[in-house]
Amino acid sequence: MSWEAVIGLEVHLQLATDSKIFSGAATTFGAEPNTQACAVDLAMPGMLPVLNELAVRYAVMFGLGIGAEIGTRSVFDRKNYFYPDLPKGYQISQFHHPIVGRGRFEITLEDGSTREIGITRAHLEEDAGKSLHEDFHGQSGIDLNRAGTPLLEIVTEPDLRSAEEAVAYLKALHSLVTYLGISDGNMAEGSMRCDINISLRPTGSDQLGTRAEIKNVNSFRFVERAIRHEIERQSDILEDGGKVVQETRLYDAERDETRSMRSKEVANDYRYFPEPDLLPVVLDDAWVEEIRAGLPELPVEKRQRFEQQYSLGAYDAGVLSASRPLADYFETVAGGCGDAKLAANWVQVELLGQLNRNDLGLADSPVSAEALAGLLQRIQDNSISGKIAKQVFEAMWQGEGSADEVIEARGLKQVSDSGELEAMVARVVADSPDQVAQYRAADEGKRKKLVGYFVGQVMKLSRGQANPKMVNDLLAQALDETD
Amino acid sequence: MHDLTVAQLIDGLRSKQFSSTELTRHYLERISRLDPQLNSYITVDESGALGAAAAADRALAGASGNLPALTGIPLAHKDIFCTRDLRTSCGSRMLDNFVPPYDATVVSRLRDAGAVTLGKTNMDEFAMGSSNESSYYGPCRNPWHPGHVPGGSSGGSAAAVAAGLAPLATGTDTGGSIRQPAALCGITGLKPTYGRVSRLGMVAFASSLDQGGPMARTAEDCALLLNAMAGHDPLDSTSAQQAVPDFSGELDQPLAGLRIGLPAEYFGDGLDATTGAQVREALSLLEQAGATLVDIQLPHTALSIPTYYILAPAEASTNLARYDGVRYGHRCEDPADLRDLYTRTREEGFGDEVKRRILVGTFALSAASYDAYYRKAQQVRRLIARDFQDAFAQVDIIAGPTTPGPAFALGAKTDDPLSMYLEDVYTLAVNLAGLPGLSAPAGRVNGLPVGLQLIGNHFQESRLLNVAHQLQQRSDWHLQTPPETEGGAP
Repeated sequence: MSWEAVIGLEVHLQLATDSKIFSGAATTFGAEPNTQACAVDLAMPGMLPVLNELAVRYAVMFGLGIGAEIGTRSVFDRKNYFYPDLPKGYQISQFHHPIVGRGRFEITLEDGSTREIGITRAHLEEDAGKSLHEDFHGQSGIDLNRAGTPLLEIVTEPDLRSAEEAVAYLKALHSLVTYLGISDGNMAEGSMRCDINISLRPTGSDQLGTRAEIKNVNSFRFVERAIRHEIERQSDILEDGGKVVQETRLYDAERDETRSMRSKEVANDYRYFPEPDLLPVVLDDAWVEEIRAGLPELPVEKRQRFEQQYSLGAYDAGVLSASRPLADYFETVAGGCGDAKLAANWVQVELLGQLNRNDLGLADSPVSAEALAGLLQRIQDNSISGKIAKQVFEAMWQGEGSADEVIEARGLKQVSDSGELEAMVARVVADSPDQVAQYRAADEGKRKKLVGYFVGQVMKLSRGQANPKMVNDLLAQALDETD
Repeated sequence: MHDLTVAQLIDGLRSKQFSSTELTRHYLERISRLDPQLNSYITVDESGALGAAAAADRALAGASGNLPALTGIPLAHKDIFCTRDLRTSCGSRMLDNFVPPYDATVVSRLRDAGAVTLGKTNMDEFAMGSSNESSYYGPCRNPWHPGHVPGGSSGGSAAAVAAGLAPLATGTDTGGSIRQPAALCGITGLKPTYGRVSRLGMVAFASSLDQGGPMARTAEDCALLLNAMAGHDPLDSTSAQQAVPDFSGELDQPLAGLRIGLPAEYFGDGLDATTGAQVREALSLLEQAGATLVDIQLPHTALSIPTYYILAPAEASTNLARYDGVRYGHRCEDPADLRDLYTRTREEGFGDEVKRRILVGTFALSAASYDAYYRKAQQVRRLIARDFQDAFAQVDIIAGPTTPGPAFALGAKTDDPLSMYLEDVYTLAVNLAGLPGLSAPAGRVNGLPVGLQLIGNHFQESRLLNVAHQLQQRSDWHLQTPPETEGGAP
């Protein structure tokens, strides 16, 4: 039987506020344990939460970014459970009345096709601390620096059908939230953590199968692998006539497998009820409209604009708009050289190629957008050929200076002097009597192929610096004139 | 000096009749002599108090004008308010070793107002009780009769003020915990409108009901204390943005034209007849002062007991989850594992009444009973609040007894929690509706004080203080003091 996977994702997105969602403590990553936990975060007696307005603003920005309903009145609830890194014994979250309601999200797959993914809701909540089980001689340590960090939990409908779609969704989500500037999206530091709900059903069925939940997967690659593994595991069970158990599983990246954490059959009763220490959040329409007016251009809008304004294909426009810094880089290069297609090509092939080979981020690129634009200008004004330009780019990457400095220092300026080129052409023609004879004997179709030999010789003679168009014209004259 | 009102003490300090140090020593001496019998204090901070008194004396010796209102006035804090570097137990073994590194907003405001903290007063454990008998530190006794309870949960504060062991005390009131002990000890106590006084640094019992307030001999003194306590606190999201008036400003306003509503439900079967007679006598004094008495109804009054005893335990069950032995407070010896740490820490750290309420609250919030209990109780809460608004369409304030009768004997109700809960029948609804309520002395029954309760609409504290002050201009119940009994516990 063939099986269809039904996948829904819950992403815990860390919002990029400087202070925590309910206290003034800092949220900086990587500080010494328990140096960023104040009395509120430690749940000292009598301490009370005060809602961080910026976290609310960021949640609203997200909601507007996916065209969702914004809850004009949202309510915080207590989610009660005991755990040592949960100081109050409850997490402040939003259960019945989330700040962001239903929305839709467009994703683009590798083949360029697009799909809409439904967003069920997104709500604000606080993160817990961390339990550390090593280095304490059989005891556990608690680090509460992360306790109270603002999270936006973004829940999709079960609209995803494959690992590829899940990853495409996460990439699009990452792109959106970094565009909005509401999260740094740093997965390695846990700024985007993903829970995967996954079940299988016979292809064509509209019933849902029993799902397993895979907790806390924190990279695109691991999400892809965890889903592939889980699809395989569940289909093995179903093929053998077994039943999938509803449970929480953990993805073990080292062993590339998921394994059972705890059974959800004995479900926790979290005793949700409205948080009496916080008032309901009532959003003013004017405030929401002010946020809407201040939203930056979003990835989908930018991609469409790139297609129209620069006549780029969907794929190129998608790559170049995937992140705001890359899009800005591209637009600077395109504006600086005046040729968007040339700029798109160079940014995607040369720049991204070098960055990938050197495992660098765009911010670390030794060649700025302005410098690259300067190089492309020299191609356009025929100072250098595209081929030479790649050499120049390499030198710029190594820190040898601007395009003009490299061209000057290395003497790479294209030879466009017609006298000089005529001499070279004449010499090549004189030195190659056999080829000339062969050329002259050939018909029009063959001549086009044979001319390549002469071009190569001239280029060799000019050490690649001859202006290719002029060489072609001069050769045509020289070879054809004695016909 | 302990017979003077705070208004008189302020005069005495400013006219140099005595110093704050002398005044503070006087109270400390009385505490050491009389409190072994009474047990109204859990912690006495002698050195802190004398230090603060000396600072107050320097301030009094210097500038003449612009001194903070309570400069040099000693007071006691209920041991539910966190005090920096001074143990804050909340009457529980769980916090027996807890020394906060911060002051509650109420405490810091009173420090700023120049008050001198004598110590921390006894209370029912986590403010859960109506008799002070659930305190880990033993029961506080009623100064009028050591065999009787002072009421609760702010029993220590009420007893200390009544016995002249502090001229002022802070209290908290979740279901009557200021008004009921004030009534049973013969003093004046005010539960302000919910949100009037910051809850920051006040150990939480039931967040949507808890409210701190003043306790003193007279309404005038309560106004002085409330002036220093009240006001918006940006660190308490539920604290009101409402402007704070001078609560002393309307004390002398005449009562002519005032309409006082008497709810039929507050004068029914459960009320002790002699207590009712005392309350009616107090009301007749108000009538003589120009007020009109109007019969009204608060039809959902009886439902306030089940409603309160679902909502308050529900909130308490999660507010008290933080006492897990991980970060501060009591921790059991040598826990075998996490579950053992939680179980034994909480088993040992909490007393029976606290455990009972945690269990009731956990049950009320569980998925299977949430709709039938918690949600239903929230709906009834709205009905109770509407009763009051309907009443305030007809009358300016509401009056009745604070309690069904005078203080009961120690141990009389400890084995019967339900009869203890009935003690709060006239006070609970006020908390559920978030209204201000005041209890003022209304004479004695068999030698034990009873109280007149006044209930106002939201933010009408000044009106309640005005009415109580006018009553106190026409009676001397608030000036009567209990006999002094020295020695250890009987």
